[in-house]
Amino acid sequence: MKNTFLYFLVFLSYTVSAQIPDTLQTVKVEAKRAKIQKSLIKATNTTVLSSKELLKAACCNLAESFETNPSIDVNFSDALTGTKQIKMLGLTSPYLLIAEENIPSVRGASQAFGLSFTPGTWVESIQITKGAGSVINGFESISGQINTELLKPANDIPFFLNVYGSSDARFELNTHFTKKLDSLWSTSLLVHGNARLAKNDMNEDGFLDNPLGNQINILNRWQYTNPEKGWVTFFNLRYLNDQKQTGEVAFEPDQHKFSTTYWGSEINTERFDFSSKIGYVWKDMPFQSIGFQNAFTSHNQQSYFGLRTYDIKQKSGYSNLIFNSIINNTMHKFSTGLNFTFDEYQEKVNAIDVSRKDNSLGTFFEYTFDNTDNFSLILGGRADYHNRLGFFLTPRLHARYNPWQDGVLRFSAGRGKRSANIFAENQQLFGSSRTFNILDTNGKIYGLDPEIAWNYGVGFLQKFQLFGMKSDASVDFYRTDFQNQVIIDVYQGSNQVDFYNLKGKSFANSLQVEFNTEIIKHLNFRSAYKFYDIQSDYNMGRFQRQLQAKHRFFTNLEFETHIKEKGQQWRFDYTLNWIGKQQLPNSGGELPAMSPSFVVMNSQVTRTFSPVFEIYVGAENLGNYKQSKAIIGADNPFGTNFDSSIIYAPVFGKMFYAGLRYKIK
Amino acid sequence: MLLMLMIGFSTLAQEKKNKNAKYGVEVNGNCEMCQKRIQKAAMSVAGVKTASWNVASQELSLILNEEKCSMLDVEKAVAKAGHDTKNVKATDEEYDSLHGCCRYERVK
Repeated sequence: MKNTFLYFLVFLSYTVSAQIPDTLQTVKVEAKRAKIQKSLIKATNTTVLSSKELLKAACCNLAESFETNPSIDVNFSDALTGTKQIKMLGLTSPYLLIAEENIPSVRGASQAFGLSFTPGTWVESIQITKGAGSVINGFESISGQINTELLKPANDIPFFLNVYGSSDARFELNTHFTKKLDSLWSTSLLVHGNARLAKNDMNEDGFLDNPLGNQINILNRWQYTNPEKGWVTFFNLRYLNDQKQTGEVAFEPDQHKFSTTYWGSEINTERFDFSSKIGYVWKDMPFQSIGFQNAFTSHNQQSYFGLRTYDIKQKSGYSNLIFNSIINNTMHKFSTGLNFTFDEYQEKVNAIDVSRKDNSLGTFFEYTFDNTDNFSLILGGRADYHNRLGFFLTPRLHARYNPWQDGVLRFSAGRGKRSANIFAENQQLFGSSRTFNILDTNGKIYGLDPEIAWNYGVGFLQKFQLFGMKSDASVDFYRTDFQNQVIIDVYQGSNQVDFYNLKGKSFANSLQVEFNTEIIKHLNFRSAYKFYDIQSDYNMGRFQRQLQAKHRFFTNLEFETHIKEKGQQWRFDYTLNWIGKQQLPNSGGELPAMSPSFVVMNSQVTRTFSPVFEIYVGAENLGNYKQSKAIIGADNPFGTNFDSSIIYAPVFGKMFYAGLRYKIK
Repeated sequence: MLLMLMIGFSTLAQEKKNKNAKYGVEVNGNCEMCQKRIQKAAMSVAGVKTASWNVASQELSLILNEEKCSMLDVEKAVAKAGHDTKNVKATDEEYDSLHGCCRYERVK
């Protein structure tokens, strides 16, 4: 409640100061840019989502912004954390490098919830790179990289308002204020608040289907741009406070916390971020630049799950110095520089202290060859020293060749290495009666060894005209081979989860076939079939990865009416996901070994009244498909067979939402 | 004596060559294929750091190291690839070897 109040105060004070809109509006003619852009000339397999793509779904935060895109699979949020986890090439987000303006953002303590800490309206664009990715931002990425660019004060509109409400009692308010201070400086204040105030229990198991909660998230950005001198600088200050409560409907924290009357959980996170970016481009050499990025974060999560407690504080520092230039001419480019990271974890699992300090220093060199025609190559390498991972090299390679017009063939290979934060990354398992067993003791991270994997990929994309309409078809195949992996074994028993180093093989194969076309003018069709084969050797033998469908099918239809003179337009959007059978963890016979296949459909209608005002209504899970048993042992949550973590389908049924967007340009 | 020295220095200063000199020159061409060919030809000259040619304006913009090459070297290389520049024209054979769609209208 305190947060909500603070939020309204900030909102009020800024609306007053932003009430003077610019009366002289310049008329801009913009060519229609695709919402999803796929390049024929980039060496990496990168898809760019524009902010317009994010308007196609409810998309309250970054975790939810990939629902209309087939490269990333969005899991169903579990009743406990209420957060949607994402996967790329069949591997969960810890194996991705998730960065905000090229500074790694979702890592360590924020791994489980980090994506829900970036509101969708703050996003300017998202770049999704499949496969190893560049070495510039670190060694941790294994199956892909996701970089989010936020709204830039220098280009943003003076005021933006978004109000959202849904039938699952979730409300959101986003307000953006931007001011140009002079010809060089501009600043933005982005304020986000969300809350879920009412308790929902659609499946009548006595447990909340999604957590109650509220979040206040404030970002203040300062941008200095001096194109004459070649300087660009950003300063960002951010504060986040996120509170969640879940568990049994009758659970009241004040009365029932740490008692066995009702099972309940609270997860409270407070976070401060400061980051800066200074870039300089040589005036007489536009191909040469230097950049220096710094970020400091303090993350504090205090939580309990029934009788278990889990607290994690992380203080992080990140520095990246990068120099870009050419060798002879722009056909040969290079980037080189230094990274430094520092992480101090104060972590307590059931009052057992597992704190640690990590730091690493590394240097990288990346060479790009481009024959300015049909071939390019990126060859990158890093050398890092990390106090727990040791000294190691990270090679990465990307190549692209255009065999003919509008076709592109890509190849990539690379290595990644990371330490698994087993508790922070698997928090949903705290919502069960499973005991946590770490079976190895000799490693340096909770007794476990670092994870090391190689990723290889090939892909082909062809753009063409089909019945005179813009179309493209693509196929790509990636394989990830783990040299070591921390196995999360939920097969051994229904009341335990075992963590141990891989003994034997672990791999992930992923194949994606995609076809997109414009059926008639303004009617766009996207479709994708995805095949995943993800297997690891567990102590009991080789199994498919839990909660991962082998086959998935995706389709999206989008129709827009022609924009009328005053900007009026209708936009319709429909997404269908078919999800095949998934291997389920050991549930002591409560659930079958495999989940059934099912279909989830989402739809949205947007009505634009003018370039500055639009409203939208939508529905998620139109078919009202629900997992039949979302919580195992719901009638005896303090017993030995309780598990709220096995979520393979939506828990909440059909959900309706509506919202509006208002701008002052 | 002093005067002579001063003159000597000032001529030296005038001849100081710029390592990152910006140039622009008109080059004739038609399409994106021409663009690739023109840029490639320009960059094949040692000392040329960047080259970009704009279809609409027919302007080739360059940054080059004057210690290593001159604008004339670049124009010669571009003409050799079949594209007339302001100061150097391609031979008829060079022009005829262009792809059909690249045969821009020649002003003679």
